[in-house]
Amino acid sequence: MNIHEYQAKKILSGFGVSIPRGGIAYSPENAENKARELGGSKWVVKAQVHSGARGKAGGIIVCNSPLEVAQAADKLLGKKLVTNQTGPEGRITNRVYIEEATEIKKELYLGLVFDRSSESIMVVASTEGGMSVEEISKKKPETIIRSKIEVAVGMQKFQAREIAFGLKIEPNLIVRAADTIIGCYRAFSELDATMVEVNPLVISNQDQILALDCKMSFDNNALFRRNQVSELRDKTQENPNEVYASDRGLNYVSLDGNIGNIINGAGLAMASMDMIKLAGGEPANFLDVGGGATPEKIVKAFKLISMDKKVKVILVNIFAGINRCDWVAEGIVQALKKIEINVPIVIRLAGTNVDKGNQILKESKIKYIQANTLEDAANKAVKALVN
Amino acid sequence: MTVLIDKKTKIIIQGFTGKMGTFHAEEMVKYGSNVVGGVTPGKGGIKHLNLPVFNTVKEAVKNTGASASILFVPPAFAADSAMEAADSGIKICVAIVDGIPSHDMIKIKRYMRRYSRTEKMTLIGPNCAGVISPGKSMLGIMPGHIYKEGKVGIIGRSGTLGYEAAQQLKNLNIGVSTSVGIGGDPINGSSFKDIIEKFEQDEETDAVLMIGEIGGPQEVAAGKFAKENMKKPVIAYIAGLTAPKGRVMGHAGAIVSAYGESAVEKVELLKECGVIISKNPSVMGETVKSALNGKKN
Repeated sequence: MNIHEYQAKKILSGFGVSIPRGGIAYSPENAENKARELGGSKWVVKAQVHSGARGKAGGIIVCNSPLEVAQAADKLLGKKLVTNQTGPEGRITNRVYIEEATEIKKELYLGLVFDRSSESIMVVASTEGGMSVEEISKKKPETIIRSKIEVAVGMQKFQAREIAFGLKIEPNLIVRAADTIIGCYRAFSELDATMVEVNPLVISNQDQILALDCKMSFDNNALFRRNQVSELRDKTQENPNEVYASDRGLNYVSLDGNIGNIINGAGLAMASMDMIKLAGGEPANFLDVGGGATPEKIVKAFKLISMDKKVKVILVNIFAGINRCDWVAEGIVQALKKIEINVPIVIRLAGTNVDKGNQILKESKIKYIQANTLEDAANKAVKALVN
Repeated sequence: MTVLIDKKTKIIIQGFTGKMGTFHAEEMVKYGSNVVGGVTPGKGGIKHLNLPVFNTVKEAVKNTGASASILFVPPAFAADSAMEAADSGIKICVAIVDGIPSHDMIKIKRYMRRYSRTEKMTLIGPNCAGVISPGKSMLGIMPGHIYKEGKVGIIGRSGTLGYEAAQQLKNLNIGVSTSVGIGGDPINGSSFKDIIEKFEQDEETDAVLMIGEIGGPQEVAAGKFAKENMKKPVIAYIAGLTAPKGRVMGHAGAIVSAYGESAVEKVELLKECGVIISKNPSVMGETVKSALNGKKN
């Protein structure tokens, strides 16, 4: 789960990371008042959408008067911001963050992620802040500092100091920099985060160390014990069909193609998508109804796919294990009685009682195309598209 | 010798009296697995499915001599149960459950570092279908009848895609020595490399089919191990050719976040290691077949 910049800043400041003063606004008037409240003579208005690269997309506006702040907020609020990370559909800006402008002396990069090889938390830092980490590793790989943290004992002061010295931070600021790094580590480890990225982490002209922009992501599997984090979910930042799916216990990812998929198991779902691609088609989605493929889940899955207007053919591929194909077939028949589908449906069943399952489908008088193997199913789906 | 489990392996069920535990315990018994009891804290002393229930894993081990366990406990309590198994002398533990937080998985693995190599429990999963040695024992939730007895080892992340492979092999009259589901989570108990190493030593295995997917470094690490240490042929299929970067594809671990983690890149890196690639998921069986024939010639 992702959260907004201002939410991440608030969390990190609770762990001793300094942030510029700022406030959230929902309307231009609101924004103007916030600017006056903050005082000063220069402000930054930042669109709060779940995406990086907002600056290049026009989502961050520097203003020299409260009136300009109001105008900037007016320009951003209610509009979709399209960045190179959001896809062409963009993301809606429902709130803006008004921040006092910071005079920057130095921009640094600081990120924390899980390292899957060493199964520890990895800190990645660079003197080249402001660029994305992908860009840094392409253009300035020599500036990247990596430090693995042993989670059993947590981050030690010396490790934070080493990173800070590696970032060429002046000696008088090292202690504060180390505290900032440790604060980010503690936020990561104590809140079940999967990513903390402060980019840029800046040293201001007044020698403050400030998190100027930050992102945090959290482990969905741990939200049950992180109520304060799960409350921060903003569904307006997610694809509506994906929200519909996740609220109903389905694993769904919306894609660009036109062959809709209903499959049990994540690996089989990815494999079926691969077959569609090899057959010359493009999947409209990834959808895993769970290994068990219960009738309730199958009904929900058909409903979800029917909401996607891109879909021109539906491919159902179920490998029945402990559950049986006859039971799955009955689930499909039930679903198709409840939900009207106006595109061709290709169904491939495999596993326990496959013959019985196919028999039930045949006798049910539902309109469908039967397939026997993975390859057969993908070929028939692509063919149905052409016809 | 069979990898991980054999006919005699004594199995206990953690979370025995729950709905999932009960259902799958019955399936395992039907398959012929040597289930000797179970653990549900607070219900010790009763009988369930005609088998003894214990309060702690230590009591269960002491009274039954069990060396294997399978967890059917909710994700929030799974880490605790796995560590309890490790501390009670269990040698192999399968965690079926999907949804264990990554921080908890790291905690389990750190906890297990206190044991010496010989004492240490092998943890399989989480978020997996478990282990089956066809005709011998099943420590998992798979449909046992789709596996034919034979000499191909299977390691996979996904349950149903593993079934697909077993079915393809069976249709070609090829059997399986052991199939191990290592699970779809980013941090797991045993990696592809951990299991492939065991298959290389297993006399009953002639070839290994590795069913991987996008995300993480494990498939390639196993490929590198195979290149340097293995005589048996290794066949691999990597799912997720069409998966977009940066999105989680169902399995928490199926996300491309670095170089070498996409399906195309993994396939390239595995080829460099001499691994035979199944070019699509519907020819996994045939690819194994021709690899086995190649070996005979």
